[in-house]
Formats: sequence, structure tokens, C-alpha cells
Amino acid sequence: MGTISLVKARKAFGDAIIIPGVDLDIKDGEFVVFVGPSGCGKSTLLRMIAGLEDLTSGSILIDGKNMTEEAPSKRGLSMVFQSYALYPHMSVRGNISFGLKMAGMPKDEIAAKVAKAAATLNLTEYLDRKPRQLSGGQRQRVAIGRAIVRNPEGFLFDEPLSNLDAALRVNMRLEIMQMHKDLGATMIYVTHDQVEAMTMADRIVVLNRGNIEQVGTPLELYNHPDSLFVAGFIGSPKMNLMDGAPAAPYKCATIGIRPEHLDISREAGTWPATIRLAEHLGADTFLHVDAGLCGMMTVRAEGEYEVASGAKIFLTPEPSRIHRFDKDGKAIRK
Amino acid sequence: MARAVSKRRKLIVTVLAWSIGLLIFFPILWTILTSFKSEGEAIELPPKFLFFAWTTENYAVVQERSNYLLFAMNSILLALGSTLFALVIAIPSAWAMAFAPGKRTKDLLMWMLSTKMMPPVGALIPLYLIFRDFGLLDTRGGIITVLMLLNLPIIIWMLYTYFKEIPGEILEASRMDGASLGKELLYVLTPMAIPGIASTLLLNIILAWNEAFWTLALTTKDAAPLTQFIASYSSPEGLFWAKLSAASTMAIAPILVLGWFAQKQLVRGLTFGAVK
Repeated sequence: MGTISLVKARKAFGDAIIIPGVDLDIKDGEFVVFVGPSGCGKSTLLRMIAGLEDLTSGSILIDGKNMTEEAPSKRGLSMVFQSYALYPHMSVRGNISFGLKMAGMPKDEIAAKVAKAAATLNLTEYLDRKPRQLSGGQRQRVAIGRAIVRNPEGFLFDEPLSNLDAALRVNMRLEIMQMHKDLGATMIYVTHDQVEAMTMADRIVVLNRGNIEQVGTPLELYNHPDSLFVAGFIGSPKMNLMDGAPAAPYKCATIGIRPEHLDISREAGTWPATIRLAEHLGADTFLHVDAGLCGMMTVRAEGEYEVASGAKIFLTPEPSRIHRFDKDGKAIRK
Repeated sequence: MARAVSKRRKLIVTVLAWSIGLLIFFPILWTILTSFKSEGEAIELPPKFLFFAWTTENYAVVQERSNYLLFAMNSILLALGSTLFALVIAIPSAWAMAFAPGKRTKDLLMWMLSTKMMPPVGALIPLYLIFRDFGLLDTRGGIITVLMLLNLPIIIWMLYTYFKEIPGEILEASRMDGASLGKELLYVLTPMAIPGIASTLLLNIILAWNEAFWTLALTTKDAAPLTQFIASYSSPEGLFWAKLSAASTMAIAPILVLGWFAQKQLVRGLTFGAVK
């Protein structure tokens, strides 16, 4: 079983408070993504769970047991690092088996486990190579192999895909999701890429300046963001946020509407707008428009939307899709 | 046209490099040449460069008068012993400073380096008295300790710069893999730092081998290395240039050969961190 709980976990370096105090419960077998802008403390939080950073106060329970003071290797967790962190002087085999050797496992048992992990990850023919002889994707696989071979309760991923190119990233994303399905182990995944968060997570934890802004399933965050921060962070392209005059009729400080929740008309609508730029992606067209009082907005049009720069259009928000926020940036629910 | 200029520049640089190289090598060459002259020819003016009566007589006399092997053995023991001893202390120290630095780590490093700026003679009397009172004079253990302490700041500095280049995540990965601190140092850090440790080792063997101030002051016979062997030929009875040269040649030969074979590692060690 691999439940992970943080109880008032706090981290400060002297006067600099990185994590003011976080409470979070992660269920067994859950895929949780920590997401937030750089410097929001997501990696620090992950490293605290791993045991690579001490807690200033609070505690960490893994499988119900207090592991706050326990050594990293005693926590039953494996970690995949952003830089892969492979041992450059060891072969792929040596890298994958190192943890088992440290645990004092018999040689034949190690060999069997390494062979199995290598087969799962398509690394069998590379077992005798050194990390420098591998491509980025293969190195990442070795790092994952090193993590799974120990059969941990939980996996910790620290931005594991950010060093890969775009195509490979999508592939590895799917592989990690498949691995989660096959192993059923708890996984915590740190990323600054909200697309990765949306596609992979059972639950997303949005962090901002060391505080949890919101925890929820991807669609909960998408449909019901608790705050302006979450509203702006989740979703691509970003939600259009407007304050002042456009928000007044809705009796709130700020309103938000996603680019995909605006109806476009050439004849009539709530907000008149002038097209400044159009991004043609094939399946979608993103229009960047100047909507007068509403400021610059992004609108998604389905398919190939032929339009000239400077053309006038009208935008009408879907009423049920309008997000309202008070002056502190908190969501106002009906 | 551009090609011609670069060719000429290349020629000038090559000639310049060779001239400087020969200038630096000249004293060593002269020592070696003098060691094959007779005492008379050695002090003759103007000196003869290559055309003199070559003789190996000096080597025979030196070998007869003093036991070269004993001195050489001491030199080897002192150089190797002090360097290895220092490495055992320096690897964990450099590890701590590179991967778990505190607020004062930089100050500590500067302080260690500053000890090298003190003239050694300032510590001669106290150290001599300590050696005398503890019965350490002319013992290998005593002089090894002094040489070790002497080179420790440089060794720690060199290793520190090497270790700094190693990504900390790799060490953290080994911690996640269950390696204890000792195993992390032994199986992960040290193998990754082998090139750095090797050049540190070489440089410090050379430094310890050539160290003359403390070895001359604190040894006499039993623990005396080759520096004493050379010094014993500049005696009050008069200077014997040819024999002194023969002794010097014998003393520097091993380290010269070692340096020749290891020059690649040495250059890397000395410039590491400076270029990159």
C-alpha cells in the first residue's frame, strides 16, 4: 500500500519560507501531479517527500507510518530525476541493479529482476552500454528502469520529460501513464507544463508560492477553478480574464472566459472585437483579438477559420461558462 | 594572403614556445651535462657545452659514498604516503564542502588557502620543538604528517573544484538507491572523480617529492629523502659541482620520468575549472 500524507509540512531556509505548511493526502495507486510556475516549491515538496530535504516542521506519513526522519532509501519510494542522474561510470545494467546491490540482494535474483525491467523498457540490447552512448529517451528509460526495479510503494518524478524533445515527450508521457496502469503504484509527478498535468493526472495539485492553491481532478480544475491563479494557469490557451466594466454586469471584480467558450459571429454579439492575429493549427484556429474595453482576448474557432487581420467580429460568452472572481481573486460560486 | 599570415604567426609562436621551453629546461639539461664532466671541466671557464670528456665517474663515486636506494625509498614513501594520507582526509572534506556547503564554506576554503601564504619558516621553531619533544625527529611518520598537512589545502581545493563539476542529483540518486554515505563516496563519487583524483595525486606526489624545506629541517638519516641526498654534496669542504650534479640528476630522474608520462593528466589537473 502506498498512501502518502503530508501534515503541516513546512520548509524554510533561514528567513526564506519555501513551503509555509502543506496538508495533503495521496491515496494508494493515485497519479498526482504537482504543477505550478517555476519557483513555486513543487520540486522542494517532492524532495521533502523523497527525504532529500529535511522538513523544518510538520511530518510525512507513508503508508500510515511516520517517515519524517527516515532515510530516503527507507521510505519505499523511487525517484526519477530531471537530469536522469544516471551513474556515468556504470553500464545500463550497473545503473539498474545498483539499488538492489545496495539492498544486498543475491546475484541471481538481481540478474532476473534487471532482465525483466530491461525487457519491459526495451533496454535489453543496451544493457552493457554506458549512459553516454544512449539517446535522451533511452537514458530516461534507464532512469525509469532504475526506479521500477526496486518495486517501490511509490514513484516520484521530478520534471522527467523536460529534457526531451517534443515528439519524444508525448511518447514518454504515454509510456509513463501505461506504466502507472500496469504497476498500480502511487505516483507523484512534478511539472511546470500544465498540458502534462491535465493529460496524466488523476488529481492535480496546483502550487503557488509554496501554498496549495487547489487540489482536484483535471476537469474540476478546468471547470471550477478556485482562484484567479488556477484559472490562469490551467488551460491552454489561457483563460481570458477581464476586470472593470466588462465584469460589472456580473456583480464581481473579475470575470474569466476560456477561448473555447466564446461564440463568434460576424453580425452581432456581446463584445465587438477586431482581429489582430490568427494562428492556424488546422484543427483549430486561435484568434487574437482586440475587444475594446475587454482588452486583448484569445478566441478558439473550430476548424479552418478564414479571416483577415483587421476584420470586425462579435463575441458572445456562453453564460454558464463564465467564471466570476471577487477582488481577492477567489472564485464566486452561484 | 590570410593563410600566409597565419602560417607566419604559427612559425613565430612555435619558435617562441620552443625558446621558452628550452630556457626553462636549460638548468636541468645543464645539471645533467655537468654530471658527466670531470670536476675540473665542471668549473672550467668558458664552460664546454657538449664537447668534453664524457665520464660516468661521478655516478660511481656518489653511489659509493652514499646509499642512493635508501634515500630514494624514503622519497617514495614520503611522497606516496603523505599524498594518500591526505586524500583519505581530503575526499570526505571536499565532498562535504562541494555537496553540503554551509554559510562559512567559502571562508573556510579561503582560510585553508591562506595557510599556504604564511612563510613556512614561521612555523619552523614550534614544529621543531614539537617534533623533538615527541621523538618524531627523523621519523618517516613524523615527516609524512608534516608533508600531508602541508599539501592538504591544495588537495582539498583541487578535489573541491572537481567535485563541484559533478551533478549533485547523481549522488541523491544513489541515496534514493539506498547507498550509505560511505558507499556513496566509494561507489559513486570516487569513480566519477577518478580523473580529478588522479591529477591531484600526481601533482601532490611531485610537490611532496620536491619539498626541501621541511625534509631538510626535520630529517637527518633514517627518514631522509633525496633532498638530503643532494644537500649532502654541498659540503663545507668545498663544492663538488660534478658530483652534486650527478646526485641531483639521480634525485630528479624518477619524478621527471613520472611527470613525462603523466603530463596530460597534470595539465588537465592544473587547468581544470579554469577553462570550460
